[in-house]
Amino acid sequence: MKLELRGITKRFGSLVANENVSLLVQPGEIHCLLGENGAGKSTLMNVLYGLYHADAGEILLDDKVVNFAGPGDAMAAGIGMVHQHFMLIPVFTVAENVILGHEPTKFGGVLDMAAARVKVREISDQFGFDLDPDAIVGDLPVGVQQRVEIVKALISNAQILIFDEPTAVLTPQETDELMAIMKALRERGTAIVFITHKLREVKEVADKITVLRLGKVVGEASPQESANELASMMVGRAVDLEIVKEPAKLGDASFVVSGLSALSHNGTKVLDDVSFEIHKGEILVIAGVQGNGQTELTEAILGLQYKATGSIKLNGEELLGKRVKQVLDMGVGFVPEDRTEDGLVADFTIAENLMLDRADRKPFVSGLNLRLAYLREFATKLVQQYDVRTQSIETKAGKLSGGNQQKVVLARELSRELKLFVASQPTRGLDVGSIEFVHEQIVKTRNSGLPVLIVATELDEAVQLGDRIAVMYRGKIVGIVPSTTPRQVLGQMMAGISA
Amino acid sequence: MKALKLGAVRVPIILSVLTLITLWLAVAAPSGITTIQVNSNANSTGAAGEAFRFANITAITAQSAWISFGLTAIVTALAWWFSLTARKPSRWLSIGFGVIFVFNILISLFNGQTMTITALLHGSLSLAVPLVFGSLAGVLSERVGLVNIAIEGQLLAGAFVSALVATLVQNPWAGLVGALVAGAFVSWLLAVFAIRYVVDQIIIGVVLNVLIVGLTNFMFSTFMSSNQALFNSPPRMPSIDVPGLSQIPVLGPVFFSQSPIVYLMYFAVAGVWFALYKTRWGLRLRAVGEYPKAADTVGIKVYATRYRSVMIGGALAGLGGAFFTLGQSLAFGKEMTNGAGYIALAALIFGRWNPVYAAFAGLLFGFAENLQYSLSTVGSNVPSDFLLMLPYVLTVVLVAGLVGKVTGPAAAGKAYIKS
Ligand SMILES: Nc1ncnc2c1ncn2[C@@H]1O[C@H](COP(=O)(O)OP(=O)(O)OP(=O)(O)O)[C@@H](O)[C@H]1O
Ligand SMILES: [Mg+2]
Repeated sequence: MKLELRGITKRFGSLVANENVSLLVQPGEIHCLLGENGAGKSTLMNVLYGLYHADAGEILLDDKVVNFAGPGDAMAAGIGMVHQHFMLIPVFTVAENVILGHEPTKFGGVLDMAAARVKVREISDQFGFDLDPDAIVGDLPVGVQQRVEIVKALISNAQILIFDEPTAVLTPQETDELMAIMKALRERGTAIVFITHKLREVKEVADKITVLRLGKVVGEASPQESANELASMMVGRAVDLEIVKEPAKLGDASFVVSGLSALSHNGTKVLDDVSFEIHKGEILVIAGVQGNGQTELTEAILGLQYKATGSIKLNGEELLGKRVKQVLDMGVGFVPEDRTEDGLVADFTIAENLMLDRADRKPFVSGLNLRLAYLREFATKLVQQYDVRTQSIETKAGKLSGGNQQKVVLARELSRELKLFVASQPTRGLDVGSIEFVHEQIVKTRNSGLPVLIVATELDEAVQLGDRIAVMYRGKIVGIVPSTTPRQVLGQMMAGISA
Repeated sequence: MKALKLGAVRVPIILSVLTLITLWLAVAAPSGITTIQVNSNANSTGAAGEAFRFANITAITAQSAWISFGLTAIVTALAWWFSLTARKPSRWLSIGFGVIFVFNILISLFNGQTMTITALLHGSLSLAVPLVFGSLAGVLSERVGLVNIAIEGQLLAGAFVSALVATLVQNPWAGLVGALVAGAFVSWLLAVFAIRYVVDQIIIGVVLNVLIVGLTNFMFSTFMSSNQALFNSPPRMPSIDVPGLSQIPVLGPVFFSQSPIVYLMYFAVAGVWFALYKTRWGLRLRAVGEYPKAADTVGIKVYATRYRSVMIGGALAGLGGAFFTLGQSLAFGKEMTNGAGYIALAALIFGRWNPVYAAFAGLLFGFAENLQYSLSTVGSNVPSDFLLMLPYVLTVVLVAGLVGKVTGPAAAGKAYIKS
């Protein structure tokens, strides 16, 4: 089906999220939508999907104007969407999530779960997903949840598919699989809108590219253009895609992990005798395919893995056995993997989120009072410094665009007095300009003489950011190598072959 | 391995504490005997199932207390053994323990008296019916994302309207229909304020309760009480023997020789369970209560689903209210629901938002409440304050100790605002 958007304008109060945006997507075409965080990509897609009502403009399917009262209408018209923030119900099973909204039923509205399972298996096998229809979604790793979202979008036989940053949470391998799926769908004549910040992906699958900036279309580009050109078109200035960092000035090894092991609920080893040390002024990147113990490692450092054994020492002091608050108070800065779940309180304002873990002490409190004026000043400064695109510091964090939410978390964690900085995929979901900025901040943190631990799934990021790289596989550290190690070797290590 | 996690040994610890209580009951047991009578008195109605009679059992209180102590100690030891060998103690251990424990307490309390099992059960069921209906109203409302504090008001409205309508039309069934409508109306008010006007759900619930109490009190004193014959003498709703089932010894007469409202309750519990977990309607309802935005993105009408489910729940609570009047052939009395709505709310949480568990929780609370009455009528020598306290202490221990962490529907209490 051919999709056309004409002159779409969408305002939130006084903020214009989309201004006179037009877009044309042909059947059998993968159309990439590029733009900075907060440029209005998700908003545009939500308008298309009937979640928001446009203030002006029209939507045409096969040259006929359509009006969607809600997502139900959009789905019925053949539009499917994979949302940036998962629209999955954590306590439901995979099958229940997939069929929700168009459930197969027997007589009188009784659910036909057998049919649902078959359907899930069918689609999941078709794309090599290997999903268990009866698994509870909340128990699944994010990468697998993403697949559930995709199956959900595909199940109603959509002619137009919207992928809103699906690859942000996928491993490189999963990303490649998703690209293959998109290509297969293109062959079938599906029109695809694909939103991503990763230029490599754009170059691989895009047939056409539209760039949005500050809610407006700034132009179209062809996939042949270089990554640097695309990046500067998005951000409106030249962007350095390479990180420039001076050689590390190493201090003593202040963060030492030795013999760290941990079991999962069902008794398998998720951390297996992990040992490493990080010097002051050094960035150690933990690389590896997601789900090989990285999450558990950061959780153990933070005090969330109660059953972990071994030792984690920061400046000689044992972290293991301490509670999260104690660990944070010792000067551990932490950026969690899942910002919307663990990093932010969506219903709090940006300012409140920025002081979240320090709200009980100076300088935010004096006596029994919150010092609101100070908080405002503090928040305004950070919002500027980290370039959080928002109308005001009183905006609820949940209303921010995905990338801007990430910046709020980073700003909070880096603005504290730190002894150690730990970040799990700190640039996930960020646009190229912001990535440049965050990388600069991390390097600055390291140059100030802090040990820094970064979990990365992108090999590019690992190689560029790390002074050394530790590769994890099945809960073990396969090896710790300098960042000059050839990628091919790193790739093999990520598959469990030691260097 | 480091120190044992508290969570892993929670059940055995609670059981140990309770076992110490049984030890204390045994040590402090008064000398005397307790008579256990299975069927009710020989001179009673003689309903179908009563044909089958059991002989009375006499138990020496102290002896049975020691036996109970022995049994509970064994169960506790088993629970420890399971936990320490890193296995989960089976739920049946806890349930078995509970049965022995309650029975033991009963015997101690009835020392020197006669305890009639069928009477105990019958009374419990009667008190439980409004609780069960009320907790179903809570399930249907909270599962779809609305906290329903107004169960009390729904019950009371049901009781009032059923009495009034049944009297006016001179037909108990008309009263039942009136109760349905009244309960649904109260929950419609709840839904309108919570959904359309985004008033805090707890506040509007409390306000509705106060409003219904005031309204029924006012109408009761202005015309109902002064003119009982005209407005407040609902005709009896005859009880029905279910052929076959009512013949079952002991349990038959208790459960299957009952008011039609009780049978409606059985159907309602089963029906709500089935609808919630086995139908499209229930899946969507639960989706709305967990994550309304996700439901919205697949085209489910969030508001309509909320209205519908809350109102069906309210209608069921109305039936529960009708049981106070039609079910017991009583006239309406001021505030006759007497806090049952709040107990129903507790049953709902104790039952983990599951209609079947909530129904059992309702029965348990009914049993506890009934115990107070039966003990005070047989003239037990246990202090009445202790009796009043007992069911609630037990509940707290059970909920905290054995049920563990409960999480309700994620979106309950939160308004959903479309952009
Ligand atoms: N519901 C809302 N209410 C108010 N403002 C909103 C709402 N949704 C989005 N916005 C604002 O609209 C702008 C565009 O947001 P949008 O989510 O479309 O960005 P995006 O291009 O998808 O960015 P990202 O790459 O970070 O996901 C942002 O400034 C955002 O804060
Ligand atoms: Mg977005």
